[in-house]
Amino acid sequence: MADEQSTDHTNSTAKSDYWRANIRLLLTLMAIWFAVSFGAGILLRDWLDQFSLGGYPLGFWFAQQGSIYVFIALIFFYNWRIHKIEQRYDLDDDDEGDS
Amino acid sequence: MDTQTLIYLFVGLSFALYIGIAIWSRAGSTSEFYVAGGGVNPVVNGMATAADWMSAASFISMAGLIAFLGYDGSVYLMGWTGGYVMLALLLAPYLRKFGEFTVPDFIGTRYYSKAARVVAVICLIFISFTYIAGQMRGVGIVFSRFLDVPITMGVIIGMGIVFVYAVLGGMKGITYTQVAQYCVLIFAYMVPAFFLSFMITGNPIPQLGLGSQVSDGSGLYVLEKLNLVLLDLGFSEYTDGSKSMIDVFCITLALMVGTAGLPHVIVRFFTVPKASDARKSAGWALIFIALLYTTAPAVGAFARINFIDSVNETEYSQAPEWFTNWEANDLIAWTDKNGDGVMQYRAGDAFEGAPVFADEAGASGERVVTNQRTTTSENEVYVDRDIMVLANPEIGNLPGWVIALVAAGGLAAALSTAAGLLLVISSSVSHDLLKSTFKPDISEKGELRAARLAATAAIVVAGYLGIYPPGWVAQVVAFAFGLAAASLFPAIFMGIFSKRMNKEGAIAGMVAGLGFTFLYIAYFKLWEPGANSADNWLLGISPEGIGVIGMLLNFAVAIAVARATSKPPAEIDALVENIRVPRGAEAPHMH
Repeated sequence: MADEQSTDHTNSTAKSDYWRANIRLLLTLMAIWFAVSFGAGILLRDWLDQFSLGGYPLGFWFAQQGSIYVFIALIFFYNWRIHKIEQRYDLDDDDEGDS
Repeated sequence: MDTQTLIYLFVGLSFALYIGIAIWSRAGSTSEFYVAGGGVNPVVNGMATAADWMSAASFISMAGLIAFLGYDGSVYLMGWTGGYVMLALLLAPYLRKFGEFTVPDFIGTRYYSKAARVVAVICLIFISFTYIAGQMRGVGIVFSRFLDVPITMGVIIGMGIVFVYAVLGGMKGITYTQVAQYCVLIFAYMVPAFFLSFMITGNPIPQLGLGSQVSDGSGLYVLEKLNLVLLDLGFSEYTDGSKSMIDVFCITLALMVGTAGLPHVIVRFFTVPKASDARKSAGWALIFIALLYTTAPAVGAFARINFIDSVNETEYSQAPEWFTNWEANDLIAWTDKNGDGVMQYRAGDAFEGAPVFADEAGASGERVVTNQRTTTSENEVYVDRDIMVLANPEIGNLPGWVIALVAAGGLAAALSTAAGLLLVISSSVSHDLLKSTFKPDISEKGELRAARLAATAAIVVAGYLGIYPPGWVAQVVAFAFGLAAASLFPAIFMGIFSKRMNKEGAIAGMVAGLGFTFLYIAYFKLWEPGANSADNWLLGISPEGIGVIGMLLNFAVAIAVARATSKPPAEIDALVENIRVPRGAEAPHMH
């Protein structure tokens, strides 16, 4: 990948390191996203239904409740984690905006 | 006070509130009109996004759909929430960093092409009008049932309200009204759900109630009881679906990707101050949405139990009041096949098609239906799934103020979504077509006037579609998602994650994805509705789920064409580098 725009070499390495770290994090989180919804809620549902959570068959619970809770956790975890990574590379936007 | 007075009071008060907020937050500039000046707090924006997102379909129809689909209803629950993970992680922060007003803005600039922008505008208008027609039907249903006014009058009143706050207030007015509308709609949804959950299981939290034992002393769990009752009446088990696994998979994925590609949702993330706020905002939006979406399956299951309990094997002369009320609105019908005066509710259709009523009363006083009775099923009851949420408080014998609250909530859901959609339509006309394509020298004042004119025209068209819904409109609402998944999502996604994607690839991809998905849906829904069955579907994928194949086709065509044509220019490389890091977002600005 060409870094033609940036004259500051360290800044452009920081940017590409940051982007690689971001992609790694995204791949992990999207794998979890897939596992709880398409995995537990659809593909493995029949098998999971032999277990139960209160009155819910487990696969059915993932499809109608559990996957949604995990989705929320994923977004907030990403926000926390990517913010740490941004700070490490000094690319965060903490001092911007008026909120 | 009787229920009817309460309904007028609640609906009237909520309308006055929306108009008051609109006047207080009137938009003065194009930036305020398009993206509320880019200064909305992320939690507030999350709440407005939730109201924008949760339409008449979510509020009125979804729990009813789940009640009758059982496990298959999960496609809506996962599909309409999982898209927010994609939005927060893959699109929203980068689009906010880009810092423009509309989705075609991004596509037009990233792909350095007016043609790409115009293709994006066409996709956007197509998707938004498909979607908005459904909202107007929701407004019509609520008005005609609860306010006792003709549907036409109802739609005109609804349009008038939206006109005031969308045309005057623009995105700024809409954002703050939507916050109020979220509060009204979530309160209206949760209160009856608490009541029902407590009545059926003794646990007032619906998410827990659905996993609890029925408090009738049988010791059965809610879902066990529902399975037993349904099997007994000839249905399949509630926790078992009837759709094939590949179809459930594809519909869920199409809805998720479609959610992430819907322009009126994406544009909400242009209103926050900076890139990291866009991510936060998506998280908050999903919390506010999940509150309703995790309650809906419980409401659906309770509604099904209550419905069977109060209708099946009941004499028509003893039928509950809500049953005859909805019968008077054409949404419930009963045909006494065995002539015993008792309503038998079983699996299968009672008669062919939607009920056509004759102008006479039958032996038990019911409205006579002229449809051909089916002989294969003993079922005598026709019920439109859309009524379950609205009828729930009546079925559960809840007090009059709860019924009034639900009416106000249904209207809040329909109006907030309609307003958001009208805004993206008007901004794509005034900003993308006029300002950026055909009349670049237009003044800021002229553009603002054009935006208001376009919003007015869009309201008139939407109102017309609501009053005279062409038969196909209600059917294709769900397909807006497939179209968004197959056209806009891949273009935006590759615009951020691939530096190599060029204008030829993106345009060819969007045209191929939208074209294929549209033709597949139109073939099965408009031209050959008779052929719409699993045997004729491509790989067993229904028209609802075909957006997934359209999306894959879009990716494949775009990548192939991009490889065969030249790389994008260097400044696009720099643009992509820039949107990938959060630092340096400015307030949205004019170029």
